[in-house]
Amino acid sequence: MTDTAQIPDSVYEQGEYNFAYLDEQTKRMIRRAILKGIAIPGYQVPFASREMPMPYGWGTGGVQVTAAILGRDDCLKMIDQGSDDTTNAVSLRGFFEKTAEVRTTCETAEATIIQTRHRIPEKPLTGDQILVFQVPIPEPLRFLEPRETETRKMHALEDYGLMHVKLYEDIAKNGHIATTYAYPVKVNDRYVMDPSPTPKFDNPKIDRMAALQLYGAGREKRIYAIPPYTKVKSLDFEDYPFEIQKFDKPCGLCGAENVYLDEVILDDRGGRMFVCSDSDYCEERRADGHLGPMAADPAAARISSTGIDGAKTGETVR
Amino acid sequence: MTTAPETNATQESRKTPATPPLAAGFQDPVHDAQACFRAAMNAIARPGTRQAVDAGGLTPPAPLTPVAAALALTLLDYDTPVWLDKPLMASDAVKAFLRFHTGAPIVSEPVEAAFALVGNPGQMIPLASFNQGSAEYPDRSATVILLGQDFGAVQAVTLQGPGIQDSAAFSVSPVPPVFWEQVAANSRQFPRGIDLIFAGDAEIAALPRSTRIMPTEV
Ligand SMILES: [Zn+2]
Repeated sequence: MTDTAQIPDSVYEQGEYNFAYLDEQTKRMIRRAILKGIAIPGYQVPFASREMPMPYGWGTGGVQVTAAILGRDDCLKMIDQGSDDTTNAVSLRGFFEKTAEVRTTCETAEATIIQTRHRIPEKPLTGDQILVFQVPIPEPLRFLEPRETETRKMHALEDYGLMHVKLYEDIAKNGHIATTYAYPVKVNDRYVMDPSPTPKFDNPKIDRMAALQLYGAGREKRIYAIPPYTKVKSLDFEDYPFEIQKFDKPCGLCGAENVYLDEVILDDRGGRMFVCSDSDYCEERRADGHLGPMAADPAAARISSTGIDGAKTGETVR
Repeated sequence: MTTAPETNATQESRKTPATPPLAAGFQDPVHDAQACFRAAMNAIARPGTRQAVDAGGLTPPAPLTPVAAALALTLLDYDTPVWLDKPLMASDAVKAFLRFHTGAPIVSEPVEAAFALVGNPGQMIPLASFNQGSAEYPDRSATVILLGQDFGAVQAVTLQGPGIQDSAAFSVSPVPPVFWEQVAANSRQFPRGIDLIFAGDAEIAALPRSTRIMPTEV
């Protein structure tokens, strides 16, 4: 696997590709899978994933879903761990700018389709928006049961005892449920689903979200979906209810509270601060005049002006 | 199908009336299909809501309608066996149109179909006749498309479920008298069950299997 989703220029130089790269036959097949996925919320629909001009693991599932739904009038936002500016986000955004010539944006509110890896924007999404997730491992039961025939049976029988046992072992060992990413949820009181490797902080956002959620796993060849306003419950126990991560400080740059924060390194003497993981959200707040406790710090100001993404310690990376 | 070899054009034109030219497909296959798909996706994601479909100037042979033809051209291909009800099956022109533009094999058993087109929905066969999918592969069930639907009917049902914020009123006609009982039974076997798309003049609506039909207060 290479370091980034860098797409070779030869892909564009060949010139002979369809709108949004995929051929129409492939789009139809993916579209049918999407419709079945929406009709069966949380169920993983198998699909014939295609070779894409980027390696598996860098969003091929999300890219195929986006390519199948995208139209000329759409405005696309591409985020990677909350940021529009990482190499992967830039590369995938460029892919659709070139192959579909659609408008792109970094502003959450302006986008009609948002493709994401690892985060959900802090700003609530609307019913006119579609959120497309890049998923590496779609099967929440896979690490408990490696055999596909068995996990399929467990989903069919709604037999999720193993998953509860695993979470309870967590509690016995740690005193709490230690899972912080890809925290399993139950969709529409039926299917246990992996919300992709987003931090569990984002789980409440997918419960009864106004926007349609589509999940694409390229290597594992699965598509699943959550329709708008669908009940999504994080698995827990009566005596150990689900809790999201809490941050005891606000964002150093914009002062936002109750948002997901990343740690950034300020200097080589161990200076650190916590800033919004959602960089568009943070920039918009600062543009509106919100100031965090570190905003006056010269090192923090430098990071704030050159972009915070390069400075993140990568703590959100699994 | 002709059985005797043709000797010349004059003889052919005397023997059989000239076949009408096959109606054209989408003017812009890529973008017309994309727009129609988004309408279908929004309809299934928001059960009971009406979504505009521009049939892209399609003029399919009757009783196939422009909106149903747009859905067929958007969703069907050689991977999707399609079943037609009697009025559609009786039209060679309809079958020729669908074969030419989609390549979908036309099947005579409803249970073999991935998609069904119903030209006379007032007398449609029971929903249980179609492939309901299996417990392990519920996605393998049929999608049934009802033609000629009018969304202005007085009698409404109340919908609840994924894609619906609280509850929603929905009315459609024509459907058989037992239709709503069948739809309710369909949703009770979730995650198995068929998905319904209602094709009107310029709009579509959908009821996926996840939608529950609530008793309506009078
Ligand atoms: Zn901030």
